[in-house]
Order: sequence, then C-alpha cells, then structure tokens
Amino acid sequence: MLLNVENLNIHFKSDKSSTPIHAVRDLSFKINKGEMLGVVGESGSGKSITNLALLGLLPDSALVTAKNLDFEGKKLLSLNELEWCQVRGREIAMIFQDPMTALNPFLTVEFQIVETIKAHLNLSNKEAINKAIELLNFVGIPSPKDRLKAYPFELSGGMAQRVMIAMAISTDPKLLIADEPTTALDVTIQKQILNLLKVLQEKNNMSIILVTHDLGVVGEYSDRLQVMYAGEVVEEGFTTEILKNPNHPYTEALLASRPGASAHLKRIPKTLLPSISGIVPAFHQRPLGCQFHPRCSYKTHECEQSIIELKDFVRCIHPCNQLSLK
Amino acid sequence: MKLFISELFYELKKNKGSMIGIVIILFFIFVAFFAWPLAPHDPTFIYSEFLRLPPSFTPGGNAQFFFGTDDLGRDLLSRLIYGSQVSLSVGFAVVILSLITGTFLGVLAGYYGGSLDKIIMRITDLIMSLPSILFAIVIVAVLGPGISNAIVAVSIVAVPNFVRIIRAQVMVEKNKQYVLAARLFGASNFRIMFKEILPNCMAPLIVQATLGFSDGILNCAALGFLGLGAQAPMSEWGTMLSDARSYIESSPWMVTLPGLCILVVVLSFNLLGDGLRDALDPRLKKQN
Amino acid sequence: MSKLILPLLNVSNLNKNFEIKKIFKPIKTLKALSEVSFTLNTNETLGIVGESGCGKSTLAKVLTQLEKPSSGSIQIEGIEIPNLDPKEFHSTIQMVFQDPYQSLNPRKKAFDIIADPLRINTNKSENDIKELVLDMMKKVGLREEFKERYPHHFSGGQRQRLGIARALMLRPKILILDEPVSALDVSIQAQVLNLLLELQAEFSLSYLFITHDLSVVEHISDRILVMYLGRIVEYGPREQIFNNPKHPYTQLLLESAPKVLGGTNSKKDWNIITSEAPSALTLPKGCAFASRCNNKTPQCDLSIPELKDEGGRLVACFNAIKG
Repeated sequence: MLLNVENLNIHFKSDKSSTPIHAVRDLSFKINKGEMLGVVGESGSGKSITNLALLGLLPDSALVTAKNLDFEGKKLLSLNELEWCQVRGREIAMIFQDPMTALNPFLTVEFQIVETIKAHLNLSNKEAINKAIELLNFVGIPSPKDRLKAYPFELSGGMAQRVMIAMAISTDPKLLIADEPTTALDVTIQKQILNLLKVLQEKNNMSIILVTHDLGVVGEYSDRLQVMYAGEVVEEGFTTEILKNPNHPYTEALLASRPGASAHLKRIPKTLLPSISGIVPAFHQRPLGCQFHPRCSYKTHECEQSIIELKDFVRCIHPCNQLSLK
Repeated sequence: MKLFISELFYELKKNKGSMIGIVIILFFIFVAFFAWPLAPHDPTFIYSEFLRLPPSFTPGGNAQFFFGTDDLGRDLLSRLIYGSQVSLSVGFAVVILSLITGTFLGVLAGYYGGSLDKIIMRITDLIMSLPSILFAIVIVAVLGPGISNAIVAVSIVAVPNFVRIIRAQVMVEKNKQYVLAARLFGASNFRIMFKEILPNCMAPLIVQATLGFSDGILNCAALGFLGLGAQAPMSEWGTMLSDARSYIESSPWMVTLPGLCILVVVLSFNLLGDGLRDALDPRLKKQN
Repeated sequence: MSKLILPLLNVSNLNKNFEIKKIFKPIKTLKALSEVSFTLNTNETLGIVGESGCGKSTLAKVLTQLEKPSSGSIQIEGIEIPNLDPKEFHSTIQMVFQDPYQSLNPRKKAFDIIADPLRINTNKSENDIKELVLDMMKKVGLREEFKERYPHHFSGGQRQRLGIARALMLRPKILILDEPVSALDVSIQAQVLNLLLELQAEFSLSYLFITHDLSVVEHISDRILVMYLGRIVEYGPREQIFNNPKHPYTQLLLESAPKVLGGTNSKKDWNIITSEAPSALTLPKGCAFASRCNNKTPQCDLSIPELKDEGGRLVACFNAIKG
C-alpha cells in the first residue's frame, strides 16, 4: 500500500463565524502501487482541498486531523516544512487543471523543466537538459529540442499539459495527483492526455489520483472510484461496478441526469432529463444528517436526523440496490 | 450599494490605521463645520498689543490665546480652525473637479480606444511628465494667484491619475460578457459606458479619490506657501506657514502648528486610502 | 407561382477573416470562418460542435452582429440582416453566454438585469415591465423574492437562468446558446437543459446550440453542424451523424468522448499519441484535417474538399467513410 488515509478531517477557520467550517469529513481511502483512483465530485465536494492536504499545501487557516495519514510509512501530518520539501514534488507530484497558469509565462520551457530537475536530482546542467529532452519525448512532444526554447504561450493547451506532466514525472514520483487535468482541453486532446496518464500508471507503475467532475473520464480510465459530495465520500468501490450499479442515490441521480443517448439508458433525445433538484450546498450552509437529503428522492425522516456513516462502501441509509430488491 | 458599504466598513474595521484616519478626518470635518462657535477669536482681528505671543501652556503665554498669536497679533488657534475650513473644502473641490473630468476622459479613452485614446493619453502623459507642483505654478501664473485659481490648477494636475486608473479598469471590464449582452439588446454606447461599466470601476476610484484629497490639500498648501494660493487675510495653512517662516527661530510655534495640521490631515487621508485599497482588493479578486 | 417558404435563418458563404498585426512582421490573416452556410428553421435546434479554434464562437459573434462578417450573407426570413431595423434585429436574435459569472453585471440587481432589454427597446411603463419581468422569472424558475438580489448571491445555475430570462425578454425567435451548461456543475446541467427544452416548446424558439460536449448536443439537437478550423466538415440530421459519422474528424470526436461504461475491465494497450490541429494562422493548402487523418490520400494535401451530399447530409471529405 502506497497511501493510507484514515478519517481525514479538514476544518477551516473563518473570520465571519466562530465555528470552523468542516470542509472534508471522515475521508478514508487507500491507494496501491500502480493503481488509478478516480475521484468524482462537483464544486464544493472537497476533492481539491483533499489534494492540497496530501501535499501539505493548505493555508494556515486549515486544521488537518486524521487517524492515519501514511505515505509509504511516513506520517505526513508530522512532517516539518523541510521534510515536506523531500516529499512534495519528489514523491508526490501534482498536475493542475489549467496548465497555462501553472507554467510561468516569462520563462522558457527549458528553464522551468531544467530547474525542476536540478532542484530534485543531483545532475549537471547538461545532464538535466538531456533528461528534459528525454522526458518531453516520452510525453509525446514532437521535436522536443526545439520546444525547450519555447515560452508557454507558444504552446497549445495540450502541449502545455504534456510539459506539466513531464515536469511532474521528472523526479519519478510514486504518486501523481491529477486535478481535473483535462477540463480545460478539447475532447480529442483529452483522450491523448488521459492515455498518457494511463501509460504512466500501467507501464511505469505509478499510482495516480485522477480528480474530475466527468463520470465519463473516470468510467473509461480509473480502476477504483470514489464519489464525493459536500465534503464526504458517499460511495466507493470498483469503477465499473459503481457505474453499472450505483448504490448511493446521488451517484444514481448523477448518472441518470447525464444527457446523451447512452445505450443502457435508452433515452429519447429532446425529452426532459431526470434532473437533480436544488443546488450543491455551500460550505457554511451544509444540512444536518445526510448531506444529500434535501435533493434526494428516497429521503425519509431518518435521513435528516444524524450523520450517516460509511457502511459497506456507501454512505446511505437506503442504498439504491437494496431498494430495488424490496 | 448598502450591502457594499456595510461590507466595506466591516473590512475597514480590521485595519487600525484607517480607523485612526477616519477618526482624525471626522474630527477635522467637525472643527471645520463648527468653526464659528469653536474659534475663540475672529481669525483676522489684529490684537496689536499681543505680537508673537507663545502658546498659553509655555512660559510667557497668555490664557486668552491657547496657541499664541502670529506676527500681526492674530489668534493662532482661530486661524488654524478657520484654516481647516479652507483646506478641507479645497481638497473636496479638487477631488470633485478632477474626479469628474478624469472619469469622463478615462471612460472615453478606455471604451473607444483608437485615436481618441491616444490623444487623451498623450495629454495625460504630458501633464505627468512635469513635476506636478511646477505645472500647477505655471497654470496659476497664467490664471493669476488666488484660491480658486489654485484649485483649478491643482485639479488639472490631479486629472491624469484618475484617467489612467479608470481607463485601465474600463479596458478590463469592456471585454466581459455582460457588456456584450448589453450591446446585444441594443444599449447605446453612452449607457454601456456609464451605466454598465462605470459602476464596476468604483473600487479603484474610491481609493484614488481619497488619496487625491490629500494630494489636493498638500498641493494647495504648497501654492499658498509660495504666495500663489490663498491671499491675505484669508487663513490658510500653507499661507500661514509661509508668513511665519522668517520667525522660525524666534517663534517656532507659528511654523510648527500649521505644518502639523497639514501633516496630520494628509497622513490620515493616506491611511484611509491605504485601508480602503486593502479592503476593496479582495472583493475585486472575488468578482473576477 | 407558389410562395416559397423561407427558412427562419439562412446563412450562406459566410467568411470572417481577422488581420493579425505585429510590429516588424507581415500582416497575417486568420481565417476564422470559411464558406459557412446553413439554415435554421422555426422550433428547431441546430447543434454546432467543434473544438477550440473551430470558429464556433466567431460564428455566434457574427450572427449577433457583434462582429462584421468579411463576406457572405445572413438572412432572417429572407431579409438581409444589415437591412433590418436594429430594434427588430435585437428582438429576433438573442444570446445566452457561457460564463454565468461574467455575463451578468455584478452591480445590477436581478430585476434590472432582466428589465433593461425592455427599458431600452420598448416604451412600456414600469408597471408593465414589472409584470413581464416577474412573469419571466417564474417561467425560468426563479422565485419572485430573488429580484432584489445581486448576481453574486446566486449559484451558477440560477445565474444561467437569469441570463436566459434576460435573453427572452424581447421574445426573440432565435436564441444562440454559447456553451450554456459547460460552466455548470454536473448535477445542475440537466436542470438547465430541461429548462431550455421547456422554453423552446413554450415560445417556439429556434436554438443555435454551440458546444464542445457531444452528449449535450446529442440530447438537444435536431440537426448537427460539425466544424473544424473555420470550415463545416459535416452537417446533417442528428441520428445520421451520431450513428454513422462519415467525416473522419466527426468519427474521431465521437470516439474521443469518454464513455461512462467505457469498460476498464477490458484490458487495453495504452499508447502515447500526439496529434494536434495546425495553427489557424498557417492552414495547409489542402484539407485542414489531413495531418491528423487516417484515411489520407495524396489528393487531401492538394485541394480543399467541398461539401458533398451523402444521403441526406453534407460531408466535406474526399474519402468519406462508407457505410
């Protein structure tokens, strides 16, 4: 096991209210070597905050507690800033949604990638440049030598994301966190980038956390899946199982509301979609009890009463598959 | 708007400097407003038997004149109190004049761009390339000395700051989709400039207006000091400073007190301006 | 002679070029739209699909006259747009924007945002306007008490409802929807799509639905226009295009869209692929898609394929996929 997270809680101090905001509640997951974990959630589900916590990048106003937060036997929560620098970027790397803003627009690709390599590996300038060319070649950038001299604005979105990936994998990290890596990209480019991540995972045995809001992306690429809603994991398991037989009403509703004539839904175009009413609750307006109950069609009185615990990989009193059995 | 002001005040309260600034400004506004009942003497009345009397709390002082008297025997405290009237209204007039012209020109330049923008910006560059006080002196020299001409001169010098800030902001805002939407339902250019875009440029404008206040007061005092601003017997801090400068060694209070007044008022406007900038900035970021 | 029934919107041979001026460099022309022709009928939805740089946003701007076309004609019920009275034009074509955070003036209340189109274009009294605005707010699913609120009090979905209400106030016949749901949360997208379908039925609206999301297009459109680097590559009824794409680019698009049940259980051999569109500034002499195409023949590099009828749809390809 590479990463073991048990009961991770993240609170934020707020200057507008005295009680801290509970942004992420009781998050537990494990990730093995060479595995791709998909994390699906909408805005405010806490998926990006969790990533930042794994990299120790949350601001001081955040309070991170966990029963266990182990990365290869290292207790991440007890690391000091110096030790973090050994882990961050070297053992856990991250790529972001918008590669254009993640790259410094005033510096050439060469400068940025070579600096990264030299900061982490003990290489001479020349070796670092060669390593950079090798990496750019690996991620599928044509004529990498010329591209080294380019500035970020001269690259397309897809090329910039490839450069980001090359930088992230330059230190051979064991875990790569990809936070919405293709949201800003076109569909055809998205496929190429996701394929690249898949190659890294299967051929280089890298573990990847793929965060996205798109069920299609995780459906096609991730091995295991974690569905998040309002700071909690509502469902987890193998991707295909969850997507075929969702257990949590939220996952079910999310799948049902997807437009398009998916074969298994036999939907007629131009008819109304089964939509989820209401909105995702904001951090300070989260309901009591089950977070999804105000929007849930299976809601009963019990759902509003107390916090629901994750049981059999679902955080629901009335999991859908049990309902259909009745 | 109400919400905007209450939120702004909430942010401001966290900043000690700007709260001190507000208190001092309110104090001076109060003094200026009630100058007549507050001032113990007529500021222009000459008590010829009490020339250059030191403040009452120093040896040789007279309880009748709290801050002493000047070289002509006028009560210094009363002159300072009436001087606050002049300084604050000068600052106010300068800000209003330069704000209106600057905003108008800035919006035009930013919205239309092209040659109109070039003409407006080259003129502002020209004004900004000269030291502002020098340029103001030239204008007053042309128009003739006097407090109203000084206001006009200082306002002209202050206009470029407003033009630049507004222009930059308009250029950002005009490309947003809500402006496109307004064009799509046929809103006129005038309506788009002043009803759609301008309300979204208020934050930097408020900051610049506060800072412009202190610049205006300072520049007018400087003109007064040079004898180009307020004319005798009007009591204006800058003019008082200038009249007293030959007595700096024998009667230092005559120079110190009006100088301190200018310093404190200008400082508090700057404190408030900085506080406003900090308070408005995160709001701006949130919106974009 | 029987009177010809004119399409609501008829676009023919539309071109839009941008001149890129840089100091010390020759002026370059960017062909954002080349020979774009299509029609839109009453109560119909035409989906316009393509990736970034395909010219779909330029098309929206040209159709709404935010940009002037370089050449070509746009007719509404047979009348050229420049000959149309501006007021009539504004009450025929309206637009809903992609970004619900940028498309509403943050300093205006919801009520004023919706009411302004009426205030500018009609002489109705404030009372009438109030009635119409409240009626519209109800239709798009916004509660009456929201009218005093500012945009930042609303969620993304509610803002998009506000944008739709604003666009409908002048009762347009054509609504251009520029990626109306792509900035919204997944669970909100269906709500807004449903609203659009309901409004279309209620007001007999014609939609020009611009998006990159194939599943959305498949659900909402009657006919589909696929664009690649400023040109139409395939244009026809939805079923034909989705069930049986004939242009290699359409096929690539459909294949690339990730599928929920894409099947990670079937072991695939993952490869690193790189194929990117050429820059719009340096378009090749022949077919712009040739560099990425698997069906390429020497002819493709020599000349640009014309749109040809392929059994009820138009395809611009020398080697259109058979089947």
